Amino acid sequence: MHPILKMVAQRVALGLLLLLAVSLLIFLGTEALPGDVAQAILGQSATPEALANMREALGLNQPAYIRYFQWLGGILTGDFGVALTNGQDIGQAIGQRLGNTLFLAACAAAISVPLAILLGLVAARYNGRWPDKVISGITLSTISLPEFVAAYFVIFLLTQVIPIFQPVAMVFPGMSFLDRLQAVALPVIVLVLVVLAHMMRMTRAAILNVMQSAYIETAELKGLSPMRVIWQHAFPNAIAPIISVVVLNLAYLVVGVVVVEVVFGYNALGQYLVDHVAKRDLPVVQAVGLIFAAVYIGLNILADVISIIANPRLRHPK
Amino acid sequence: MKMPLSALIGLILTGAFLFCAIFAQWIAPYPLDAVIGGVWEPPSERHWLGTDTIGRDILSRMIHGGQITIFVALASSLLSFGLGSFLGFLAAVRGGWVDQGLSRLVDLMMAIPSLIVALVVLSVLPINLTVLILIMGLLDATRVFRLSRAVAMDIAVMDYVEAAKLRGEGQSWIIFREILPNALSPLVAEFGLRFIFAVLFISTLSFLGLGIQPPLADWGGMVKENKDGLIYGKSAALMPALAIALLAISVNLVADWILSRTTSLKGGRGG
Repeated sequence: MHPILKMVAQRVALGLLLLLAVSLLIFLGTEALPGDVAQAILGQSATPEALANMREALGLNQPAYIRYFQWLGGILTGDFGVALTNGQDIGQAIGQRLGNTLFLAACAAAISVPLAILLGLVAARYNGRWPDKVISGITLSTISLPEFVAAYFVIFLLTQVIPIFQPVAMVFPGMSFLDRLQAVALPVIVLVLVVLAHMMRMTRAAILNVMQSAYIETAELKGLSPMRVIWQHAFPNAIAPIISVVVLNLAYLVVGVVVVEVVFGYNALGQYLVDHVAKRDLPVVQAVGLIFAAVYIGLNILADVISIIANPRLRHPK
Repeated sequence: MKMPLSALIGLILTGAFLFCAIFAQWIAPYPLDAVIGGVWEPPSERHWLGTDTIGRDILSRMIHGGQITIFVALASSLLSFGLGSFLGFLAAVRGGWVDQGLSRLVDLMMAIPSLIVALVVLSVLPINLTVLILIMGLLDATRVFRLSRAVAMDIAVMDYVEAAKLRGEGQSWIIFREILPNALSPLVAEFGLRFIFAVLFISTLSFLGLGIQPPLADWGGMVKENKDGLIYGKSAALMPALAIALLAISVNLVADWILSRTTSLKGGRGG
């Protein structure tokens, strides 16, 4: 077996194992905590008989490990169970919302990735001079803002000071693609701001790291223009760390979307999760939590795999 | 050593925030819950930052809210710090299965974003100050653990630690008397970053309605209370948001300065 294939397979297997452990953590962790689902549904004034009946109906009398395997088996076959609060099928509810979340995240990724790389290149080109200082200063201040604070600054700026957008992001089935794009413009701007800083800084650092190599000096001595040195000589050699950092930061979007969806009242997975945490609807929270965790772990594996593949020393073993 | 201007500004602002938080009861012009004006009044002489969604003085609520926000963040970062650095040092000194066990557990906890873990856990536990501090402290301890383990690993191979071991000192001596003093400066900077992370975390939870519950007030919750006014051009929600941003930036400036004069080790903000 090719060593690189072996490493990738190992990494993926490790990731799946991790996901399994996380599912255990999400399920058994919430089981082990003090707090009674039946009590949560019925409220403090419930009679003992009603509580016992509810436990029976929810299957809470079975041992936890049996319920865990039932739960996991259900999820693997696409059956997420029903919500406690309204008896709705969770799988169906997730299906309706997942698309909206992915659309939002995809738009944010499509804008932030090229922008971050471009800004990183420019900052590296003018390292220590004013364009670098301006870019680094702005991104540094966005790094220390939580998503919702950034969101309200952006909302105020773009709906009140310069009124060009609507402050709510409504999407509904049957909307045209362009209308959808316009509806998510503000949330996308916020998400881009939130992830841009890390990506840009790492791109800049990766390029500057490569810029110290001897072949860069050769290229400079040949008389190539600085942008050409960066674009043709430094960038290809810095691409591996850049890609893995970009993917890692896309994983960070998982947290970002939860908050941003709530800010804009955008009907999608994150909003669904937060609503049902407040309603103490455990099956929904477990299912959606697992999905977010899976996406996050998946992107992390992807980042690792890309950096393995992009490493020439591993690609051409002696 | 000369202090850069940015660090000085950060230090002064951080001090001002702490001062307001400690003496909130005496500084705030009005009590926390007193309705004393119209809805969303603009800033005026009586109400420097205006009034909120039901006519309470925003400045007063922000000073009281800052007390809660900073107290919760400080308590949880002290917890994460004590626990994380002790276990990190222990893992580095003991090695073997203690190290393996703790490190894998931390890997597992860090495999999912903290916010998602917190949301899952909060769907079961009652939401109160103790629970919030415990959750945030435990989740954040993982990051402190990684940093302090790495720092302690570097120190544990030093000659003076070897000498202490040969003298027959116990493990607690080695952890507290040999490693801790030498690991202090990167850890102090890390404490600043953890504190900020805790401020952002508790504010986010409160904003989502899952953090500090009324009648207590905190900055994240105040943004939530006043967010609807933004559509009508009322800037009330921006004031607490600004406070969060300002506190985050000032502590960051101080932490950056401490880091830059001590070591190259640095913890990330993380998810």
